[in-house]
Amino acid sequence: MRIINKKIVWQKDNRDPDAPPVNAKTFIEPLSYLLPFIIGLAIFTIFPILNVFLISFKENYRMITGEFSQYGLANYQFILQDRYFISSLRNTAIYVFTVIPISTTISMFFALLLNKKLRFSALYQTAFFLPMVTSVIAVGLAWKWMYNYDYGIINFFLGLFNIDPINWLNNPNYGLLVLIIYGIWSYLPFTIILLLAGLQNINPLFTTAAKIDGASKSKIFFRITLPLLAPTVGLVLIVNMINASKVFTELFPLFSGRPGAAYSLYTVVYYIYEVFYIKWRLGQASAAAIVLFLIVLLFTLVQLFIQRKWKHY
Amino acid sequence: MKIHLSELTKNFGKVVAVDNLSVTFKSGKLIALLGPSGCGKSTLLYMLSGITPASTGQIFFDNVEVTAMAPEKRGVGLVFQNYALYPHMTVLQNICFPLEIQQTPKNERLERAMTIAKLVHIEDLMERKPAELSGGQQQRVALSRALVKNPKLLLLDEPLSNLDARLRIEMREEIRRIQVETGVTTIFVTHDQEEAMSISDEILLIKLGQYQQYDSPQELYDNPSNLFVAEFLGNPPINKIYGEVQDGRFVLDGRSDAINLPENLSLANGTRVVLAIRSESIALHPKANENTLNATVSEIYRMGKEELTHLKLGNQEMRGYIPVEKQLVFGQEIFIGFKQKGVFLFDEQSGKRYL
Repeated sequence: MRIINKKIVWQKDNRDPDAPPVNAKTFIEPLSYLLPFIIGLAIFTIFPILNVFLISFKENYRMITGEFSQYGLANYQFILQDRYFISSLRNTAIYVFTVIPISTTISMFFALLLNKKLRFSALYQTAFFLPMVTSVIAVGLAWKWMYNYDYGIINFFLGLFNIDPINWLNNPNYGLLVLIIYGIWSYLPFTIILLLAGLQNINPLFTTAAKIDGASKSKIFFRITLPLLAPTVGLVLIVNMINASKVFTELFPLFSGRPGAAYSLYTVVYYIYEVFYIKWRLGQASAAAIVLFLIVLLFTLVQLFIQRKWKHY
Repeated sequence: MKIHLSELTKNFGKVVAVDNLSVTFKSGKLIALLGPSGCGKSTLLYMLSGITPASTGQIFFDNVEVTAMAPEKRGVGLVFQNYALYPHMTVLQNICFPLEIQQTPKNERLERAMTIAKLVHIEDLMERKPAELSGGQQQRVALSRALVKNPKLLLLDEPLSNLDARLRIEMREEIRRIQVETGVTTIFVTHDQEEAMSISDEILLIKLGQYQQYDSPQELYDNPSNLFVAEFLGNPPINKIYGEVQDGRFVLDGRSDAINLPENLSLANGTRVVLAIRSESIALHPKANENTLNATVSEIYRMGKEELTHLKLGNQEMRGYIPVEKQLVFGQEIFIGFKQKGVFLFDEQSGKRYL
């Protein structure tokens, strides 16, 4: 999957000599086809983004009247001193940097297995990909049951090892762990699909060639398969990190709509949601959104940089 | 390294790819596995490398049985048809990879890689990635990677099929040169008889997985063991004149004229046979006798020192090289006889050679 760095070369000399000359007219027809999409994009994506950016600098902004006292950094000052925002940043960061590496590693293991000619391979693939087409709320409710203190299957298994039951959902100390375990599981299907697609694109002759030279399985994986898969891994990591930075929906079924036990588990998007929808402080919500945007942008830039370095051919 | 195959067979389900093959390849030679597409020659190559396990039979390298030995223990170098160079490694890293696996010290690795690169003439390309190389250069890199670990046996799968016509001739000479310089026993797969004839010391001709003949190219051409071998080698293809045996004479189909067959050849009357004649084995006679056939000139292609003529013998056709001095003209009646060399008689049904 290589979307980036595709060069489009405009070769003037290769044009058909009978083709009409290129002028403003050339673009009218294609533009008319694109227009509906461009209008939609402008109204529902570009305008809101610019608006959020603007609102984040409006102090004491009221949405109904549109009044505000002045442009300034007060919203940013507020949220950066708000301990709930700081903890939401911390929680989100811990979530992203544990869930994604662990989930990707596990996915790699499964993708490698699925890439072999296993019996019932199609069955396994379907089973693995099922969570992707199931609603987050439904799956979350199932997890809520599994985490249940009295009847949950997780505590049941812990009991088999003589470990005391853990009050997963009501003890603030375990909130983040609950979210992380669920997160690791929920990122598996998408990651497995992408890694499997990447693996299937690798010519099996490379591994055969390495095998003839006597390379061990781990040597083949680390010297041949992984480098060839690097572009896919890079893409998967960054797409998942961006998605994980926006962790929000998962909180609802697990903690009945609250940010964890005793408000211990704010995430950035949950914070934005609460400040916007419940407290109606648009300026601060927008400022938080912009901070999140900058973090995601940073990930993307890092990804672009890394992908350029990882692309070997 | 001498290689001996004993009753080697490979089945893929019901398909028999290699059928009860027994042959001994001489050491230090350049050997071609030749045959039409799908005749099992690539399968045989991959069986020698160890990638494809044998169904039954045995493989011996220098009298040591290797039939069940893992590929990496056999000491073979393999060049794949599409080279399979690791795209993320430079040429140098590609060549060093087999040595890296063997945990050769780094200095020695580089030294050996450079030695082989000089032999194969790619020493200027060492820092490039495979994608930046032409087909011929990739082929050279693949050869180097296979040779760097000093294999006892070098296997090449259709080494020239991915190259254009000019490069093909250049590379086949290169393969020959490199094989002679290293002296490594080399087996390559090809379906191109000209390729096999031009560079190999020995050719194993296979049809439908079955042994046809194993000999030097010249011997294969001059002395084919059956009709298939005679037909497969040579350009233009060997002429086939159909007929039957009558009283020790070969009688053409649809014609009354005949030629004498040697007396020691006692074939029953009515035996269906094919008279196979190389185009260069035709001799012109001034007058008809019992060893000539009547023919009509139907086409003449001038080739400089000789002419390639199409001749009609009743409703059968053949091609023959005739010296220019004979000054043949279109439609002329001629009497053709045959030289000693390049004339064979086969059974029409079985392809068995009588003469």
